[in-house]
Amino acid sequence: MIHQRWSGKRALLAVTSMGLAAALVAGCGGTTKDNAESGSGSGANSEKVADPNAPIKEGLQIAFLPKEIDNPYENIVDEGGIAAVTELKGTGKEVGPSDASASSQVSYINTLVQQNQDAIVIAANDPNAVAPALKDAMEKGIAVVSYDSDAAVDARQVFVNQADSESIGRSQIQMVSEQIGGKGKIAILSATPNATNQNTWIEFMKDELKKPEYKDIELVTVAYGDDDDQKSFQETQALLSSNPDLKAIVSPTTVGISAAARYISSSPYKGKVVLTGLGTPNQMRQFIKDGTVKEFALWDPEQLGYLAGYAAAALASGQITGKEGEVLKAGKLGERKIGKNGEIILGPPTTFNADNIDDYDF
Amino acid sequence: MNRLRALLSGRELSIVVALVAVVGVTTATNPSFLSAQGIHDLFLNASIIALLAIGQTLLVITRNIDLSVGSVMGLTAYMSGQLFIADHDTPTILVVLAGMALGAACGAFNGALVAIAKVPALVVTLGTLYVFRGIDYGWASATGVHQINADQMSQGFLAFGSGSILGIPHLTLIALAALVIAAYALHNWRSGRELYAIGSNPQAARLAGIPAGKRVFTAFVVSGALVGLAGVLHASYFGTINASVGTGRELAVVAAVVVGGVAIFGGSGTVLGAVLGALLLTTITSALPILGVPAFWQRAVDGAALLLAISLDRAVMVRLAERLRKERSLRRA
Repeated sequence: MIHQRWSGKRALLAVTSMGLAAALVAGCGGTTKDNAESGSGSGANSEKVADPNAPIKEGLQIAFLPKEIDNPYENIVDEGGIAAVTELKGTGKEVGPSDASASSQVSYINTLVQQNQDAIVIAANDPNAVAPALKDAMEKGIAVVSYDSDAAVDARQVFVNQADSESIGRSQIQMVSEQIGGKGKIAILSATPNATNQNTWIEFMKDELKKPEYKDIELVTVAYGDDDDQKSFQETQALLSSNPDLKAIVSPTTVGISAAARYISSSPYKGKVVLTGLGTPNQMRQFIKDGTVKEFALWDPEQLGYLAGYAAAALASGQITGKEGEVLKAGKLGERKIGKNGEIILGPPTTFNADNIDDYDF
Repeated sequence: MNRLRALLSGRELSIVVALVAVVGVTTATNPSFLSAQGIHDLFLNASIIALLAIGQTLLVITRNIDLSVGSVMGLTAYMSGQLFIADHDTPTILVVLAGMALGAACGAFNGALVAIAKVPALVVTLGTLYVFRGIDYGWASATGVHQINADQMSQGFLAFGSGSILGIPHLTLIALAALVIAAYALHNWRSGRELYAIGSNPQAARLAGIPAGKRVFTAFVVSGALVGLAGVLHASYFGTINASVGTGRELAVVAAVVVGGVAIFGGSGTVLGAVLGALLLTTITSALPILGVPAFWQRAVDGAALLLAISLDRAVMVRLAERLRKERSLRRA
């Protein structure tokens, strides 16, 4: 999956975190002054009724808390979020731990609460580890939005999901079927064997394959590259060498697809085996251009952040409260309806190919 | 024949046997494992880790260790990417030299703390593991370049990483060259022999007039340069770099060295053994999916193979020691 590799990283970088802690302390001193005023702005959500016509407040302070401060994917998401906040005349900032361990975000949440931010937008490393701190924040009237990786349902008001698992899984099969002419053996190159979202997608892929139009496609195996370059390389080699008549590899993980593309591009399999899946345009540009890969997909992480930014501002301004059926007005993205459990879905993944890849930079 | 046997004495021979067994079983399951492309891939996969293992061997022989290799490799790989961002057409040779220089500098830092400040290498390199990785992350944060992709690097550099001469990958040729030079130096040079002496008995070595500090420092610098080279090769081979490249690599390297028969307490072992150890471990990783070992078990099998290799090695050693003892007592009687 996209994020597994980051959360798998164990190294607690003593130096970096010390530096971050120092920076945080410094940042804390700077923002506590205007606390009292901005903090009273948003009330506790339980008693509040959504007012769809309430204007977005100006000068909102919204903090984005990624799984890990150096995760390139989440940096892009947060850039999109900060852009949305700026568009709404607020102040956005990104803070976060240097490792993606379960509890590393808690102290950051507590600090943001002390700073009286108007909203916290978080990609939770662990749904339960961050729950008490987030609940505390909501009690103090701070709007809480989760994105990308959800926190416990009662510890946030809204979850902005990139795309629903079902449409991701099914669209992968549709994409590969189109490229191999609906016939032949395919294999999946996943991340780790226990990555939740990967496994959900793979289940939907298998389900999609049961449809009569895919009766000539055979899924031979699911391989796991552990979101590690070398392991993904070797798994790709094994897939290709043990299945000489393999038509396509589907890799729904950014690390897997780029490693597989790199291997195939410099091997005799180039042009003979179709590779598709989920990847970022910057990572895949080279392989689209040299013909190794024809088409792949991903949601736009910047839009994900943008949507989360709007959701946070709308919550903090009382436009929405996170109840099912409410409508979020999200600037250039149009409107999104809030689903069950406060879930907002960005939309189906975007497909990238030689024609449009240069329009994207992430 | 005798010379070949002497060359592959003891430990190396048992690794070769294990390697043949793994390749044999896998090929029986899937003949294409030993196809031209299959062999090409096996050597390619082992090349980078083999370079790291050569460097690590130099240190382990002197009773030292470098746990910071993964971080140094990550740092040099990231620098290679940054060089291409600064100038897309940076010549490959310049990137290689810069990577080796940065690696050597990191090695010199480690070496100075170990050899001059006399801090145990385990502690020093555990510290620099975090320090160098921290610099790597800091660099990525400060410049905002979190990932460097294939299309940002020069075509020549990428072709260098994936190319081959007469079917032998460039990376493998580089690893082989490093192996030959290191093996020759360790075997024939005075300074090479002195590394063994330092590892066997540091006090005795010092009393014998061996400049132990200088030798250890040099070993760290040379090893660092090799790690730097490995980082650059990683960048050109995989074509995607972020600040976390090489995380956890140190353990794989130490495993390869130990499997390769280099005594972890110094004084014995060869670079050839370490390289064969690296080749064996990566071959096992490549073989497992072909043998149909479920993904959940692959790591466990990896570890079991490591334990097996070490205990077999140990059993052979114990037996050998026993036989020598018996022979000696017979001669005395």
